[in-house]
Amino acid sequence: MDGSRRRILKGTGGAAVLGLAMAAGLFRTGSAWAEWNKAAFDTKSLADAVKAMGGGAPAESKDIVITSPDIAENGAVVPFTIASKVPNTESMALLVEKNPNILAANFQIPQGTEPWINTRVKMGQTSNVIALVKTADGKFYYASKEVKVTLGGCGG
Amino acid sequence: MADPMKIRANMVGDKVEVKVLMSHEMETGQRKDSKGAAIPAWFIQNVTATHNGKTVLSAEWGPAVAKNPFLSFRFAGGKPGDKVAITWTDNHGDKRTDEATIA
Repeated sequence: MDGSRRRILKGTGGAAVLGLAMAAGLFRTGSAWAEWNKAAFDTKSLADAVKAMGGGAPAESKDIVITSPDIAENGAVVPFTIASKVPNTESMALLVEKNPNILAANFQIPQGTEPWINTRVKMGQTSNVIALVKTADGKFYYASKEVKVTLGGCGG
Repeated sequence: MADPMKIRANMVGDKVEVKVLMSHEMETGQRKDSKGAAIPAWFIQNVTATHNGKTVLSAEWGPAVAKNPFLSFRFAGGKPGDKVAITWTDNHGDKRTDEATIA
């Protein structure tokens, strides 16, 4: 009787160790995507997003152009083109102010690649959309544009 | 395994314009199913594009990128016949790489 209880205890101990190992395994895969800036994707405001990307206060710039429909009928798929004429543009991000998390996407632009991106994002509701540019010397610039959404893209 | 991406790479002037259509749910983690339970987030986190082994674009995405994501960008230094490879990794650790030839 006693012996079997030992075995059960040992068994659960083994399971716990296995669980830990699995958790550790998961964690390891997690850190393999270290280049995914979780802190930045968790932010809710432009200031916090810039801070999470390691910058100070961003300056508004007329050299950044956002092209999109003014009214999006379907918030689930809103096309955006962001283009930057800011010298030494190193990365460009697209942020939707009223989404649950403000940062939608961040693009690293190596030399030789045009600071021009076309993609589609979801918008929960009518909101300002911000294009954020980081230059090689670590300065941040942004431009914003309001896009009206008739049907939100975050509902069920 | 996810469906293949559709990739087009064309010369536009002296630059290569790449258009990619990926096949992915891009579940935000905000939605609830019919029983009211949250549907877990499932989305592409990293996208990398390479030309002759050199990275020409890398991106970090949040769940706000639309379902079946579309991405277009332009880079210099490519010529017809060269290969452009795109790789994405999602938050489940799934990965997919597809290649296209510049036309």
